[in-house]
Amino acid sequence: MAPVFRLESAKKSYAGRTVVDIDRLEIDPGEFLAIVGPSGAGKSTLLRLLNFLEYPDSGKIYYAGQASSPALPLELRRQVTTVFQRPVLLRDNVENNVAYGLRLRGLRDCHAEVRAVLGRLGLGKLHRAQARSLSSGEAQRVALARAIVLQPAVLLLDEPSANLDPYNIGLIEDMLREIHQAGRTTVLLVTHNIFQAKRLAQRTALMLEGRIIEISPTSEFFENPRDRRTRAFVNGEMIY
Amino acid sequence: MQQIWQGILQGLRLLFTGDPALWRIILLSAKVSGAALLISAVMGIPLGAILGLVKFPGKRLIQAAIYTGMGLPPVVVGLAVYLLLSRNGILGPLNLPWVPELFTVPAMVLAQVILATPLVAGYTMTAVAEVDPALRLQMQSLGASHAQSLLAVLREAHLGVIVALVGGLGGIISEVGAVMMVGGNVEGSTRVLTTAIMLETRRGNFDLAIGLGFVLLLLAFLINVGAAHLLGKEH
Repeated sequence: MAPVFRLESAKKSYAGRTVVDIDRLEIDPGEFLAIVGPSGAGKSTLLRLLNFLEYPDSGKIYYAGQASSPALPLELRRQVTTVFQRPVLLRDNVENNVAYGLRLRGLRDCHAEVRAVLGRLGLGKLHRAQARSLSSGEAQRVALARAIVLQPAVLLLDEPSANLDPYNIGLIEDMLREIHQAGRTTVLLVTHNIFQAKRLAQRTALMLEGRIIEISPTSEFFENPRDRRTRAFVNGEMIY
Repeated sequence: MQQIWQGILQGLRLLFTGDPALWRIILLSAKVSGAALLISAVMGIPLGAILGLVKFPGKRLIQAAIYTGMGLPPVVVGLAVYLLLSRNGILGPLNLPWVPELFTVPAMVLAQVILATPLVAGYTMTAVAEVDPALRLQMQSLGASHAQSLLAVLREAHLGVIVALVGGLGGIISEVGAVMMVGGNVEGSTRVLTTAIMLETRRGNFDLAIGLGFVLLLLAFLINVGAAHLLGKEH
């Protein structure tokens, strides 16, 4: 099966500092990949590149066989969406926030879809609440709801449960498992939390200074890491 | 004190008995400032939005010019428009069909547009710049095109745009220097509330001047109550 994403010598720099430098990376359709690594490793930049919010300075990123560039058709871009660590919601109620992406796609009457997703994330009673009045856990669940209601081919998650309480983390992880088990969505999770990666992902990668140091099936990544830096990171011995 | 109360009562009496001269002045004030605000909104809101959102060379210079424009003395604007439109001025001798004549309503509107546009643009710019920059990226991630994500930012800033319009209107409805210089306070054609107050004070008709002042205050109060109501509904 052709990979959903293929990166070839993809580089991204800011002010002369290389933030992403990936020789080769393939992400298979339907897989759940976790990317772990310390802050400043380039994980969030990688997600922005994969969501076509930025473009590599050199090298190529292919999505569904097409090179990422500003010319990439909107229909293809709309197959990929991100849940950010700090969600910014519209000054509107929860329901309209979740319906935003559907309406962009021309679906005006989408109450049923929106209500269904809100119900699955335990937000059913909050559909009329103003988004700005929500707690951080609720806001993050709304951000997840507005992404998954689109049924994206690829769901990118940037530390979606950072700073959340165990109840909200549990809800989000259950939903991610459910989405992945449905089999239609490729999930790429960026997380500091190695235990979360262990619980959810099929493959896990360690990213350091913009490079993928090691990528392997999750059990192998944690139980038998090949690279000493992966070993140090997994054992909590890495100083950064 | 008695004179003040008499003036207020006189103003109310003229207002509610439908005094034609007073209502003509009120309606002309609304017409001049309303037209000027509309034109300022059409120019100032997009300009403010662009300045709040887009980075380009020379932006700071334009921002500085707008901030300067927000504090323009009306009398200086009146003088500039007078020199522009007068028969011995820059555009006056050319007799161009689209150039308004002095001492007409269009000349007053032009002066007020010059006063209100920097206010509308400046407040809009601040409102747009205050929207979380991450919003645009997150809307694009949900499938918004560049134009759609810009629209989302403007929608987020709409409370600030309401404030911009109220600020613009407040700046022109109460000014006297510019409309006096380019309008001339001609009875029945260019006399507005502020110039009428000035005239009645000079004539010693303090009760009428106070009455007109009361009407002007009432108008300003109603505009602000309306804006506060809109803002309150959003919060």
